[in-house]
Parts: sequence; structure tokens; C-alpha cells
Amino acid sequence: MTSPLTPGLAAGRLDTETLARNFDDLHAPYDAHEARVAADRCYFCHDAPCTIACPTEIDIPLFIRQIATGQPEAAGRTIFEQNILGGICARVCPTETLCEEACVRMTAEEKPVEIGRLQRYATDSVMARQDHPFARAAETGKRIAVVGAGPAGLSCAHRLAMKGHSVDLFDAKPKPGGLNEYGIATYKATNGFAGREVDWLMQIGGITLHTGKALGTDLSLDTLTAEYDAVFLGMGLGAVNALTCDGNDREGVADAVDFIAELRQASDLTTLPIGRNVVVIGGGMTAVDAAVQAKLLGAQNVTLAYRRSRARMGASEYEQDLAASKGVTILTNVVPVAIHGNGAVREIELEYTVEDGGTLQGTGETVRLPADQIFRAIGQTLVAPQGPELERGKIKVTETGRTSMEGVWAGGDCTPGEDLTVVAVAEGRDAAEDIHAALMR
Amino acid sequence: MADLTTNFLGISSPNPFWLASAPPTDKEYNVRRAFDAGWGGVVWKTLGAEGPPVVNVNGPRYGVIYGADRRVLGINNIELITDRPLETNLEEMARVKADYPDRALIASIMVPCDEASWKAILPRVAETGCDGIELNFGCPHGMSERGMGAAVGQVPEYIEMVTRWCKQYYDKPVIVKLTPNITDIRYPARAAKNGGADAVSLINTISSITSVNLDDFSPEPSIDGKGSHGGYCGPAVKPIAMNMVAEIARDPETHGLPISGIGGVTTWRDAAEFISLGCGNVQVCTAAMTYGFKIVEEMKRGLSEWMDQKGYASIDDFKGRAVPNVTDWQYLNLNYITKARIDQEACIKCGRCYAACEDTSHQAIWMHEGRVFEVNDAECVACNLCIDVCPVENCITMERLAPGTIDPRTGREVPAEYGNWTQHPNNPMAKAAE
Repeated sequence: MTSPLTPGLAAGRLDTETLARNFDDLHAPYDAHEARVAADRCYFCHDAPCTIACPTEIDIPLFIRQIATGQPEAAGRTIFEQNILGGICARVCPTETLCEEACVRMTAEEKPVEIGRLQRYATDSVMARQDHPFARAAETGKRIAVVGAGPAGLSCAHRLAMKGHSVDLFDAKPKPGGLNEYGIATYKATNGFAGREVDWLMQIGGITLHTGKALGTDLSLDTLTAEYDAVFLGMGLGAVNALTCDGNDREGVADAVDFIAELRQASDLTTLPIGRNVVVIGGGMTAVDAAVQAKLLGAQNVTLAYRRSRARMGASEYEQDLAASKGVTILTNVVPVAIHGNGAVREIELEYTVEDGGTLQGTGETVRLPADQIFRAIGQTLVAPQGPELERGKIKVTETGRTSMEGVWAGGDCTPGEDLTVVAVAEGRDAAEDIHAALMR
Repeated sequence: MADLTTNFLGISSPNPFWLASAPPTDKEYNVRRAFDAGWGGVVWKTLGAEGPPVVNVNGPRYGVIYGADRRVLGINNIELITDRPLETNLEEMARVKADYPDRALIASIMVPCDEASWKAILPRVAETGCDGIELNFGCPHGMSERGMGAAVGQVPEYIEMVTRWCKQYYDKPVIVKLTPNITDIRYPARAAKNGGADAVSLINTISSITSVNLDDFSPEPSIDGKGSHGGYCGPAVKPIAMNMVAEIARDPETHGLPISGIGGVTTWRDAAEFISLGCGNVQVCTAAMTYGFKIVEEMKRGLSEWMDQKGYASIDDFKGRAVPNVTDWQYLNLNYITKARIDQEACIKCGRCYAACEDTSHQAIWMHEGRVFEVNDAECVACNLCIDVCPVENCITMERLAPGTIDPRTGREVPAEYGNWTQHPNNPMAKAAE
């Protein structure tokens, strides 16, 4: 029997029940009573700040009022009209920096209306019935290729299919869903939610899914543009930034995204090895997701090491607090300079930094932390396809997602802008509307 | 500490909070609990004539209106007068009065509209030692179909006739409880006074349907798919009750007639408002039904605290103080000109004032960049809607334009002197104000 104190990498540090509890819903869903009480707090603001703060511009006061007046399913439809992935967004959106931050109740009481949880209540109410709230328009005869079945691609494909177009949806991975399926902490999308959501979304009809098809190897953009009336690129970021310090090839050094994906796909969490001492390099949402889950798997010590100050971390204050509450140590102003060990990782050496007018400088002072496992979470980059013009390493697009190539649109993480699920959904939807307008002209 | 003792018609009670004749006062058990909880008086649930007791429905008796968070704003009921034998009630009343001599105990009575019925019951009620009687001329449901309750209260001549019988056959105070289900409350009040009533109490409940079940289309409370109008009470009816109280208090024919105020009293503040409109005490039901008898503690402490702050030593010190300020519209000062002012520090930027004003009023609020809301004095008619819908207390206030300044809306100087409609040039009936 292993425990959090077992040295090195080991599986089964915690028993099955503890693991199940650790990876259960971060926030339990509202029951009907809780939802009514929470909904009663909404003021039905004029030109509501929450709606303005939502990248998909969901009519939040309206859907909350629909909950308050006893119609959660109608509320769900109001959400889905703007955001077909409203279910996952209710779970993973950093609401504390979007709608809930804008809520006037923040000014009034520093306690926003819990919009995210209300959205989950409404969307779950619709999805619980398993049927789909939208009907597909008559076939237009137009065929569109959507590359990437993540939030941007799914949103785009659904909107196009609803307009009557035929969509071939391609994804490199064996399952659709993109980061919803592979890239999000398990406790944010429990019980296979990402997969269920895709199945539900596909009920619109007119979408054919092709998995295991990657752009560049299995598909070429030239062929797609030749064969389809339009192409939408939403394949996300395929590559991970490298760590440039001594010893970065030692055994036990891995990418946080792979760790998160492995966790999400694991059928038995007791078989997943985790270190006793884990260090995560990075300061974004991925770093927090990896660090928290390492702790929840039973690592004794988990340190999140970030090169700048806490205020500069990509992860929201809420996420930082979540990590701290789960027992993750947050170490700021440190950069890795060497990873020590004999084959396998044993220690990481970090140098303290100071920020001087935006530039980061090492102080020369270093600290060594024991480490059996190190996760890199220092950002991802685009594997750029041949053809469309780029802008700071991402595919350059207009406001409606048009790339520099005729007939090719793009959206989501592979384009500039915030890398958020809800942003990707908005971009996919808006590109679909523009594609529709262009094809039906 | 302010003295809450009240002397209403010579009936002393340690505080002005009486429980109204209603389900909470139907039995010795409840009434003892009420007195132990600190209520100043109780009007026992209405007694009917000797004979087989009335029968109540066996399904739901109450309907409800909720505010946010399921707060009870109003309840209606289709319960009738007491359904227990007269003798049982009388025995219990006598025991309770003997054990709580310092509390007021009033018998509410509803018997058929003939002299013999009243003559028969009054001596028996008197034997209980209770402090007075209240004539139930108000219940709008059930008994009114049998010619009692509101059926009497809607005919001033009957009120006067029955009141006179009661004064003839009973020697303690007679309170006439009025129904609000009439067009002008002054007529039944005058009738009660003419009949010799010592006081009126009001309001009884309002005929109402609280909701309709949208599955079987039955009004609530639903009895086997059918509903009947019930009597509405609770915080929702307070404004109606206060207006009726004020009408009686300022009517020259009834001015000075003691009034027991009833209708949505839920907090100390409600009680203070009723008393300021001329009531000698208040009667409560829905608040007790919603929160239990302990609610009186907040009412007593609150009223006492407010009186201390204002320097009122007794209830009489502020009783009726608002009555001279209730007037007719035609006497309101048209030269009193105010404008809404928004406190930017307090504003939480919900924009409800803007939506209300822009959509439904006078387009007198600007919405500037950054959700800054500002009043446009050139359009503001001071309607108060922005204040009413603002979620933050005192964020928006009405401020008076000083005499001599120019009202940007009319371009005219604000007059210093009082001026009302009876003197206004637009009024063809105006009397010159020389």
C-alpha cells in the first residue's frame, strides 16, 4: 500500500473513495430551491454589465428571470441560443473575471449573483431530457469542412448545421471535444460531461464527425478548400513551449497538458502514478489544473513555481485561492535553472527573480526543491498550417473570423485573443454566421 | 424606556399589539401561548350563535402571494368563524381572562342579523369577563353568503341597527370591525358611530383570488378543482388599510372615533404608521401566522426604541400626528418642486432607474459612458419612480429647488409661496388668490 509519503513516482497514494471524492464536482449543482434563491438576487439590470462581459453575450438577466419564474428549461434555451456550449462554459468559465465580476452585486455586497452555477442549473435542465432544443433548417446543399472538434469547431459546426449546411467535422484526437475533453481539470467536468455534451450537440443533425484526422498529416488545407464550399480552422494549439534549462530531459519531466489529458481519460485513478514531490512550472490555468490535481491524486508536496509576481499570474485570483486551499504551495519570482538527478529527476534548482520595468532578471540566489516529477505548463503554441497569414504566431483573422485565404475562416485558440472556451465558442459561432452569409449571398 | 401601555376604550394592555380575531386566536392553547409570548391583547376568533357549529372545508384554506425568496406578501383564506361549540369557547375565554387579567381579551361575534340572536349571545359573552366585543361585519367569504359578515358590513343601515342592539344589551365597549369591500369606508364608519359604537377596527380581509392553478385551471386554494374568493391580508394590504384608517380619522363626522388598526402590520414601523394615522392600537394576524408569536418581541422593542429616539414617552404622544397631513389632492402645494439626485458613490450601476425613466416615464435620466447615471433637470418631473425601483436605499433622493431658482423644466422661477389647484390659473373653478 502506497501513501502520500511513498518516495518517487507511485500509483494509488489515496484509496478509491478518497480519490472519487477529490475528483467530484468542484461545486455541487444547485437543486431547484437553491437555484430559486440564487435567482432572486438578480436585479434585471438595464443593458446588463454581466451580458456585456460575456464573450458570447448571453442574455443573463433574462435567463435568470426565467429560472426565478419557474422555467429553467426556457432559461437553458435562452443560453443555448447564444452559446451552444453553455453547459461546459457554466463549469469552466472564469466567471470571477467575466460575468460575475461585472455583476452590480459585486459593487453592492462583493457577492455576485452566482451566474455560472445558475447557468449550469438551466443548461442541465435542458440536457437532462436528452432532446435537442433546436431544429435544422432545410438543406442548403453547401458543404463545409470544420477542422478541430473543440469549442470553436463544435460551436461553428452546430451553427452551420442549424442553418441547413452539411458539415464534415475533423479532429486529430480519437474523441471530439478538444480541451473540454482533454484539457480541463477532472473536477470541472465530471461524469463524462464533455462527451455527453458533444453527443447532445450533434443531435442537430447534418454534422459528420471524423476523428483521428490531423491537419498537415491526414488533411491538407488545399484539398479541403478545393473540396468544400468553406473551411473553418479551429484546431487549437498543438505544440507545447519547451523548457530551456539543464536536465530538462530527465525522466519525470512532462507536459502538464499531457498529465491533465491522461487524468481525464483514466478509467481508474488509483493506477495513475504521481510523485511524492511535484513541481509545476507556470502560472496559468493549466498550471493550476495540473498542480491541484497532483495534490488531489495524493502527492505530499506540490509547488507551483512561477517566474513573475503573483499579480502577473495568468490564473485568476480565484484559481490561485483554489490551489492554495487544496494545499498547493505557490512560489513566485523563481525560474528553473537546472533539474538535477541521476537519470530520474530528484531536485529542481530555481533562481529568484526581480522585475525591473517589465524585464525579468535573475538575482543569482537559488533554491533547491526536492522533486520526483516536474510538469511544464509554460504555454502552448500553434502548429501553423501552410497558407493563412499569421499574426504573432497565430492565424490572423478579421472580426468575423476570415483569414487571409479566400474561403477559409478560423477561430478559437489558434487565432489571437484570449484562450478561453467561451471566447472560442463566440468565435466559432460568429464565423459560422459569416460563412452562412457569404455562401448564401 | 418608552411606555407602551395602551388604554383603548378604557381597556388597558401592556402594549398596543393585539392579535386579530383569526385562526391564531381560536383556542385557549394558542391564546395562552400568545400571552406568554408577550402580546398585549387578543381578539378571540369569531363566535357564532348557539347550535351546531359551522363546518369548514377539509382541503386547503389558505392561498398565498410571494415576494422574492418566498417572502409571504399576502395570504388569503376561506376559513369560516370558529367551528368549535360556543360553550367551549366561552369556558376557555373565562379561564384565560382570569389567568391574564392584565391583557386585553375581546370577543369577536357574528350571529344572524336579528335582534333575538344578539340578545341571546351577549349576556353569555359578558359572563366570561372579557373586556369588550368586536362585531365581525367584515369576513367576505362563506358567512356573507348567509347574510352575515361583510353582507352586514356593506349596508350601513344594518351596521347601525346591530350596533345599537349591542349597546343596548351589553355594557362594555363595542368595537365594530369594518369590511374594506365597499366603495367609501366613511359610510359604514359613520353608521357604526351613529349606532353608538365605541370604536371601529379595520380592515377586515379583502375579497381575492390569489392564484390560478394552470394545470387544472382552478383558483387557489383549490377544493376539488374549484375555488371561492377568500379574504386577503398581510403586508400587501397595508396601504389599502392605512388609507381607509386615514379617511375615517380625518372625516369630520367620525374624527376622534377610536380606531383599532388592522392590515399587514408586520414590523414596529407598520404599527407606528397606523398609530400616527390615528389608531389607538393595532391588530396583527399574518405576521404571527408567518413567523410565530415571537414576532411581537421585535415589534415591541422596535416601537420602544423608535419612541425613545424621537422622545415620545407614550403612545399618545404620537398618536394621530399624521392625520392633519392627510389631505385632498387639490390642496397639495404645486409650488413644491423637487428633482431627483443620484449619489454616484452609492450607485451600483444597475441602470434600473434609467430603464424605468426612459421606457416608462419622462426620459429624464442620462446614461453616460461607463454607466454613469445622471438626472436631466430639464425633463425630471420628480415622479419618484427612479427612487422606487433603485435597489440601494438613499442612493437616489428628491431635493427641493429653492424658491427663487429657475426650474429648468418649465423655465419658470420657483415661487416661495404655497399654491394649490384651487388657486391655479388652469383651473376653471379657481378662486382668485388676492
